[in-house]
Amino acid sequence: MAKKLMKGCEAIAEAAIQAGCRYFFGYPITPQNDIPEYMSLRLPQVGGCFLQAESELAAINMVYGAAGAGARVMTSSSSPGISLKQEGISTCAAAELPCVVVNMMRGGPGLGNIQASQGDYFQATKGGGHGDYHAIVYAPSSIAEAVELMPKAFDVAEDYRTPVIILADGLIGQMMEPVEMPDNPNPVMRDKPWAATGYKPGGAKPRAIINSLYIETEDLDELCRRMQARYREIEKNEQRVELYHTEGAEFILCAYGTVARVCKAAVRILEEQGVKVGLVRPITLWPFPSGAVHDAIAQDSVKAALTVEVSAGQMVEDIRLAVNGCKPVEYLGEAGSRIPEAEEIAERILAMRRA
Amino acid sequence: MATIFQRTSVLTDKPFHYCPGCGHGIVHRMVAEVIDELGIREISTGVAPVGCAVFAYNYFDIDMYEAAHGRAPALATGYKRVHPDHVIFTYQGDGDLASIGTAEIVHAAHRGEKITTIFINNAIYGMTGGQMAPTTLVGQKTTTSPLGRDKDHCGEPIRMAEMLATISGSAFIARCALNNTPNLIKTKQAIKKAFETQIARKGFSMVEILSPCPTNWGKSPAEAMDWIQDAMIPYYPLGVMKEV
Repeated sequence: MAKKLMKGCEAIAEAAIQAGCRYFFGYPITPQNDIPEYMSLRLPQVGGCFLQAESELAAINMVYGAAGAGARVMTSSSSPGISLKQEGISTCAAAELPCVVVNMMRGGPGLGNIQASQGDYFQATKGGGHGDYHAIVYAPSSIAEAVELMPKAFDVAEDYRTPVIILADGLIGQMMEPVEMPDNPNPVMRDKPWAATGYKPGGAKPRAIINSLYIETEDLDELCRRMQARYREIEKNEQRVELYHTEGAEFILCAYGTVARVCKAAVRILEEQGVKVGLVRPITLWPFPSGAVHDAIAQDSVKAALTVEVSAGQMVEDIRLAVNGCKPVEYLGEAGSRIPEAEEIAERILAMRRA
Repeated sequence: MATIFQRTSVLTDKPFHYCPGCGHGIVHRMVAEVIDELGIREISTGVAPVGCAVFAYNYFDIDMYEAAHGRAPALATGYKRVHPDHVIFTYQGDGDLASIGTAEIVHAAHRGEKITTIFINNAIYGMTGGQMAPTTLVGQKTTTSPLGRDKDHCGEPIRMAEMLATISGSAFIARCALNNTPNLIKTKQAIKKAFETQIARKGFSMVEILSPCPTNWGKSPAEAMDWIQDAMIPYYPLGVMKEV
């Protein structure tokens, strides 16, 4: 497979098509517009449908309609637009509908700015919308990894009948990198006996009711128990994490997405100075790879951990829960959209070493 | 003995939960009969709203969705784009369609979406307990306009059928009422025409139906029918607003 240079948004869109996605509903917002733009040209070429919705609310509900009809469907947006989609994501979760939602995070809160940020970690990993639900959350740190994760995202969405979020940032969306794009003209689609495809009385397929309303206490409890049991299965089977130079390290950095790449540069700077530092990079932010994080930081060799984020400190809470007080966990970063420099991260580790 | 009338099999056996004198049961039966008569049952799907008809998925014996408040036309759009040869209808009340879901219905019409909307206008929020709707008449008392709707404070009622008839993507728009036998006959004819419009892929179709809500209007069922004639129809004229 030949490598080609692609912009992140376009690579993600093409990878979705190669994974069998044939329907896209979205609304323009920077910095993810290249995804709907690409889809508007490409989907009709493969017999699919792109539709620009009148709002993010409409877009996610078109996703709901198409997912209920059995389609492989996705939407994409950026932070404020993802906030608008939350009612629909909660509804899809409760109606047990598979779909993929890409969030190219930008600076917040409010309208914020259009630079890369990581301020939507809490929203993505703790539910985001109302009620007790989770979405599976993937955080690619390169365009190649995003391309690799797209088919996985559609598959797990359908395996567990749940929304899946690709939580990237504006940098992943806007930069260009070499990727190996699979060529998969006939992706294998899963059977969906639960989908609304027409009901024949007396036929083998029961009547489809795509619904998130359970007015009787017992019925809602049954749905919630079913969803929670599924979440435990997801936690057991779907955690992904990259461990980089962690074995025998003196300090452990924790970061996801593009920030993790800056951290790798900091690891190399520190190694040149004889300081052994490793990086734990969660690839699934939910389910959070708590066991791997704990084991890396709890090693006897480790003095402390440092999480680096472009947020006021969100993932650090999950790191601290995983470590459960066995080692100190510090945080470096700030809210908004300033990405820390590798030298700054290295200096902080050196300061922690002197302390 | 010959059977001259029977219940359509497109409705389930589940008894309706609606109040005495409510119009929903009448319209449910008409929609189900039309689906039956057009022979489209196996390719038809319905979308229930948030409102008194929220449990419509229990009554129509076809594939059904339940939509979030106001979003039914967007959901139906998603379905229709996946199954363009199928038939889909949304069933919405006035809070759902004319307030929180205004953008979705206007843009479904604007795109000429090949869907059918059954719009129940009873001038009030029924399920939540009788609050003012965008369609509440001036002077009409509701639980959030206890002294009567004041047009200087919250405007005059919105006429959705007239508004959607101005949009080029709509192909059939009508307003009907349930208050007497001739109007019932016209209502069913309009519903049938709306579904035929969708099947012929002409564009968006909607039937607005003036429907009684005796419970929240504080009237007997008979008084409610009179109120449709005396108060609603003068403000909401009946007829076909658009037919392509």
